Amino acid sequence: MAASPQSSNLTIELAAHGPLRVVRLLGEIDLGSSPRLRQQFLALVEDKDPKYIVDLSGVPYMDSSGVGTLVEFKRKLERRRGQVVLVGIQPRVRSLFEITKLDKFFIIAATLDEAAAK
Amino acid sequence: MKTRELFQIDLPSNPERLPAFREELRAWLVHQPWDEHQLCDIILAVDEALTNVIRHGYKNQSDQPIYFTAMALNGDGEPPGIEIRIRDYGQQVDLSKIAGRDLGDIRPGGLGVHLIRAMMSSADYFHAPGGGLLLIMRKSLNHTGKSQE
Repeated sequence: MAASPQSSNLTIELAAHGPLRVVRLLGEIDLGSSPRLRQQFLALVEDKDPKYIVDLSGVPYMDSSGVGTLVEFKRKLERRRGQVVLVGIQPRVRSLFEITKLDKFFIIAATLDEAAAK
Repeated sequence: MKTRELFQIDLPSNPERLPAFREELRAWLVHQPWDEHQLCDIILAVDEALTNVIRHGYKNQSDQPIYFTAMALNGDGEPPGIEIRIRDYGQQVDLSKIAGRDLGDIRPGGLGVHLIRAMMSSADYFHAPGGGLLLIMRKSLNHTGKSQE
């Protein structure tokens, strides 16, 4: 597991769940932290067979810059026949996806096992 | 007016300042009669407004001034609630173009104003004298944000 340098209040960890790659986010995603997350996502998009689970269970707060970063990640993955599944969204963050109707745009799972089955 | 009813702070247009500011705002709001959902609504709306100022008003310059004022409204001629004013000296834009994007047009960005309007009872932008924008947001105590629907 590799952790990126913590220059803001967001930690980005790359992990595995069986054969699947998991991006585990810990902390708040806002205008200060989303550019670093975007850079990480842009690097991951270049991978071969880019299919990811993004674990948001450690994210108590997200604003529109975080949502936009996830939208961009999904769009870029789709262009490379990749996929992203969001897992563990906390209620407050989930309401953000619902208000913006992005809960229909993303594949969302409750657990890592459920995400792996998507 | 009691000190606790007014929260004023001058902020730099630095995104790294936002997490601590959200905590400061929360610490002030908990003394007001908001439930947790409403409190989170207000914090998100303010965060989105400040993000817009930094991104669009100041084009990501991190050392420009933002003046923030929150005032508890105690029902003296108005519904009890809160009024928040955010004033910047950034680029003045056509006020009619300050709008959230069509939610069916899914792309990164364009959600901040939509979220502000969803969380607050009202949000009105004005061209401020001397340049920049003034945003006045209000939320009444009986306002249920869309996060609770």
